[in-house]
Amino acid sequence: MFDPVFIKVLLGTLLLASSSAVVGAFSFLKGESLVGDAIAHALLPGVVLAFILGDGRHPGYLIIGALIAGLIAHYGIAFIEQRTKLKSDTAVSLVLSTFFGFGILLMSYVQRTGQGQQAGLERFLLGKAAAITMVDLYVFTGLALLLLLGVALFYKGFQLMTFNEDFAAAIGLPTGTIRFAFTVLTVLAVTVGIQTVGVVLMAALLITPSAAARSWTSCLPRMLLLAALFASFAALGGTFISAALPKMPTGPWIVLVLGFFGFTSLIFAPEKGWLARRRRAASNRNKTQRENLLKLLYGAEERAGKPIAMTAGAMVDAREQHYEGLTKTLRNLKKEFLVVERPDGFALTDLGRIEGRRVVRLHRLWELYLTERLGMAADHIHPQAETMEHVITPEIEALIVKELGNPEVDPHQSPIPYEED
Amino acid sequence: MEKSIEVHNLTVSYHSKPVLWDVDFELPKGKIIGIVGPNGSGKTTMLKTVMGLMKPDSGYTEIFGQPLDKVRERVSYVPQRESVDWDFPADVMDVVLMGRYRKNNLFKRITKEDRRIATEALEKVNLLEFADRQISQLSGGQQQRVFIARSLAQQADIYLMDEPFVGVDAATEDAILKLLRDMKNEGKTVVIVHHDLQTANEYFDWIVLLNTRLVAAGPKEQVFTKELLQEAYGGRLTVLSKLGDLISDTEFPLREPDFKEDQPQG
Repeated sequence: MFDPVFIKVLLGTLLLASSSAVVGAFSFLKGESLVGDAIAHALLPGVVLAFILGDGRHPGYLIIGALIAGLIAHYGIAFIEQRTKLKSDTAVSLVLSTFFGFGILLMSYVQRTGQGQQAGLERFLLGKAAAITMVDLYVFTGLALLLLLGVALFYKGFQLMTFNEDFAAAIGLPTGTIRFAFTVLTVLAVTVGIQTVGVVLMAALLITPSAAARSWTSCLPRMLLLAALFASFAALGGTFISAALPKMPTGPWIVLVLGFFGFTSLIFAPEKGWLARRRRAASNRNKTQRENLLKLLYGAEERAGKPIAMTAGAMVDAREQHYEGLTKTLRNLKKEFLVVERPDGFALTDLGRIEGRRVVRLHRLWELYLTERLGMAADHIHPQAETMEHVITPEIEALIVKELGNPEVDPHQSPIPYEED
Repeated sequence: MEKSIEVHNLTVSYHSKPVLWDVDFELPKGKIIGIVGPNGSGKTTMLKTVMGLMKPDSGYTEIFGQPLDKVRERVSYVPQRESVDWDFPADVMDVVLMGRYRKNNLFKRITKEDRRIATEALEKVNLLEFADRQISQLSGGQQQRVFIARSLAQQADIYLMDEPFVGVDAATEDAILKLLRDMKNEGKTVVIVHHDLQTANEYFDWIVLLNTRLVAAGPKEQVFTKELLQEAYGGRLTVLSKLGDLISDTEFPLREPDFKEDQPQG
């Protein structure tokens, strides 16, 4: 299995995939994911024409044909955007479909003359890594290296142009040249990429690795590296699968593996992922329930004028909450020594009293803030404060207290309970 | 008067509709200058044209008596905070370092000196402790201060800022104001696009009142009069806006193609 040819193909595939991913990252960040797709489709007539007019088996012709078609498509889109009233997405779709249609037309012409079969023209549509010859491999691997070098060289320019193009222009950077360089790199990345995944699925190789990587990091160099890794793994996986199974195309498998990375990232990524957000929602709900119970007990003490206990049943009545949820929250509060269980029910510990007092204080402070600063009527403020008492941080609390000048009572004339120190 | 910016007969359109009509004024050096006017009065267009980001239909602008390209390193620009996507993967230091990018170091690595200057700039806006913070996690006021730090890192002589006081908290506002006065004391010129009349009188030494056309430009005592403010904020001139719509609808060119501008070569 580890013969030199196999290793060369493997290495080539890794470089091809990661170079496309790194170039595509900037399109992804700029919100121009579709442009890469359009350029990929637009390359088709270029490579087929190169095949007809030149020597179809020589990669040099393919690259030149692809470059010309890609640049025409790119500047065509820009021209339509500037000179007509069409929206950008329409301009992109228009160019994409016209070029692709023309490419398919040319392909069927070549196919009919019978040359297409020998050259394996169909590999440009869906990709076929196994069809790559040794010459191809050297040329495209070289090109992939060149792409990575290009991104490294233009890193500052691409970064600034993606983040803030006006500023780049204002400090006198050659924005036209940088954009041209980026277009050339994109076209070359697509030319390289279609060897493995083909024109139709090229957008996946440009965009999906970055979409996946962005979920895991907010550091651009790290994101580029991660995107390259995702793309490499996908290329590896796809190549293995299509080699192991009979008559399986490489491109769709690579794209499927990439999609798997993409969706997995969306679900599992820390902070931004779906699971993390679910966890955050659950923890917020949990916090709200805990604080509400402590507030309830504190309120009961306040009314009684002395520490008292409440039964779980009384709490259920007061909170209109399910018994199961409530007892679970109580169990947790007990574990943290915020409440104690006594024969006559549950009572606050000293620690729990401080927490309960804090929640009541925030509630009343926010009610006061709403009436004083937002001019709301006293009978409208309770529901708002019910939420905000769980949100307000110590810093914001300090700000409110300062702004309101250490107030003593809330709009309902209840005292605002400060901690004595 | 030593001049910082000169604007000569400037007409600029946006989507072929004129938003500035024959605006002409000169600004002094070493002052805090406000470009003031209602929404849609062409303030941002004015700044962008001076920065070469929009091409005028007629007229020209100069900075320190020269075309922008000759003095670019002495000019710093702070775009509107909302004009960029703050979800971009970068930390505060990354953005401030962008102020050190130049045409001639585009392909070079960031130097220690660049980092030192960026750190100093962050210190001036009280954001040094946030240097490693992701920009997506900043408050509006902090984002604005990052932009100002980036412009300080350019070490320019004139600073053009687009609405730096919009959506910032009181602490940031004070910090920016103090910074502006320090800059002025060092002899720098600061030009600020500003839409809030309440504060304009307090912030600026010199005011340009704009509403598609120039209403007035001069020391604030002369410009901040009831009559002039009423003229600037009393709505757009009906004839001008009708004519603008007409030009836009018919795509009529604002100058004949072979019209020669009375402009110095350079």
